[in-house]
Amino acid sequence: MTPDEIAGELRDGMTIGIGGWGSRRKPMALIRAILRSPLKNLTVVSYAGPDVGLLVASGQAKRVVTGFASLDSIALEPHFRRARQAGTVELTELDEGMLHWGLLAAAHRLPFLPIRAGLGSGVLDVNPELRTVRSPYGDPFGLGEELVAVPALKLDAALVHLNRADAAGNAQYLGPDPYFDDLFCLAAERAYVSAERIVPRLAGPPQSMLLNRAMVHGVACTPNGAHFTSCVPDYPRDEAFQARYARAAADAAAWETFLDTYLAGDEATYQEAVHQEAIR
Amino acid sequence: MTATRAEVCVVACAEAWRGDGAILASPMGVIPSLGARLARLTFEPGLLLTDGEAYLVDAAGEIEGWMPYREVFTMLAAGRRHVMMGAAQIDRHGNQNISAIGDWKRPKAQLLGVRGAPGNTVNHPVSYWVPKHSPRVFTPRVDMVSGVGYDRGARELRVVVTNLAVLDFRTPERVMRLRSVHPGVEVDEVVAATGFPLAVPGEVPVTRAPTAAELGLIRSRLDPAGTRERELA
Repeated sequence: MTPDEIAGELRDGMTIGIGGWGSRRKPMALIRAILRSPLKNLTVVSYAGPDVGLLVASGQAKRVVTGFASLDSIALEPHFRRARQAGTVELTELDEGMLHWGLLAAAHRLPFLPIRAGLGSGVLDVNPELRTVRSPYGDPFGLGEELVAVPALKLDAALVHLNRADAAGNAQYLGPDPYFDDLFCLAAERAYVSAERIVPRLAGPPQSMLLNRAMVHGVACTPNGAHFTSCVPDYPRDEAFQARYARAAADAAAWETFLDTYLAGDEATYQEAVHQEAIR
Repeated sequence: MTATRAEVCVVACAEAWRGDGAILASPMGVIPSLGARLARLTFEPGLLLTDGEAYLVDAAGEIEGWMPYREVFTMLAAGRRHVMMGAAQIDRHGNQNISAIGDWKRPKAQLLGVRGAPGNTVNHPVSYWVPKHSPRVFTPRVDMVSGVGYDRGARELRVVVTNLAVLDFRTPERVMRLRSVHPGVEVDEVVAATGFPLAVPGEVPVTRAPTAAELGLIRSRLDPAGTRERELA
């Protein structure tokens, strides 16, 4: 599939999970395809980085479900920060372990999973729909322990970016961390993978083969498709470009210029503009 | 050799992990990171350190194992971790805020988000590092409870290390107490920089100075570029 075909399978109002972490191995080519589409009113579940920033800036993300929004080497995601302060995006703020547990519950078709994270914290204050449960098993003092019941984070679609995939959807990460890409796929009705390279057959350590084709509904070949986030060992984060993104995000006129320069055309136009910038 | 304030802080941070053994040490910030590595190199050789991504590394940065985020969450839930986090706000019970300043619904300043602070504080030991001790940080109440304090069920809040002092919660009500002042700092200075009543014992000791061996390790091995000084600037 092409990134635009994948975006074409999504619908207004969907809950979409995005893999990676912060500014690491994000399916940015698929995000750019959403930016080119008329999709709106999305709920985005993510360990948030510029994926969330771009969808908030475009006004397509109505709600964000996350524990943080960061560019890693730049601590705060500028678009997310601005939108929160302007009151233009809704937030479901969860502890990052709760987010993990919500995906795991959805992946296992469970209504919820219990966790200690969140007890006593503001997360329960700002999410009044969250409930606690008491363990049915007694402890030495008689009463069962009270735990947060993290509801399943069921996704309509998941978007993830891996280093290698085959045409059927088996896919492999070659960097140090799988993040939660497998859980995002398993928690979703439909999961879409973009990959640096499509290969006839995966090779290398079996532990790196994170996704199998039963978890995946569509594959796109997107070289440099995580840019400007990191996709090691294929490439590191493009720190210079990320800094340019963050500077542009701080100013409305600069952001218009950024959009015109990089995001007005298709993925090939974006990659060409990035290449021209790099050799300048 | 006379230690700089930053070097005193590195050693005070290292002391937070004393006695922890083979647990995951997760420092956030330059000085806490130097502290964790110093502890590992000297009195706490069992500590597990990460490279900030998914590898476990020794104090020299050589890979010794694997710790992706999902395993960090498991270590965290099992209680086998001691993190030193930052704090935009912290109150006398140890409630910490790294999420947002002002009304959460539409904050004056959106910060990082709660991250793993709620889970950290109910599962395993937590310490804090505040490079600029001021009433803006040490507030009567925090705007969004990220890490929970002792009044909300914290498991163990070990120490709060700042540019001025070391604080802990060793009072009968488990509220914040001045444990030691750094060399050259007056008790009144710390009290004035704290926006809530601080428990102050009759005798306040001075934070221990780095040993010559520790200073040598900090200056020539762990941080020859002197990045520690910039965190206090």
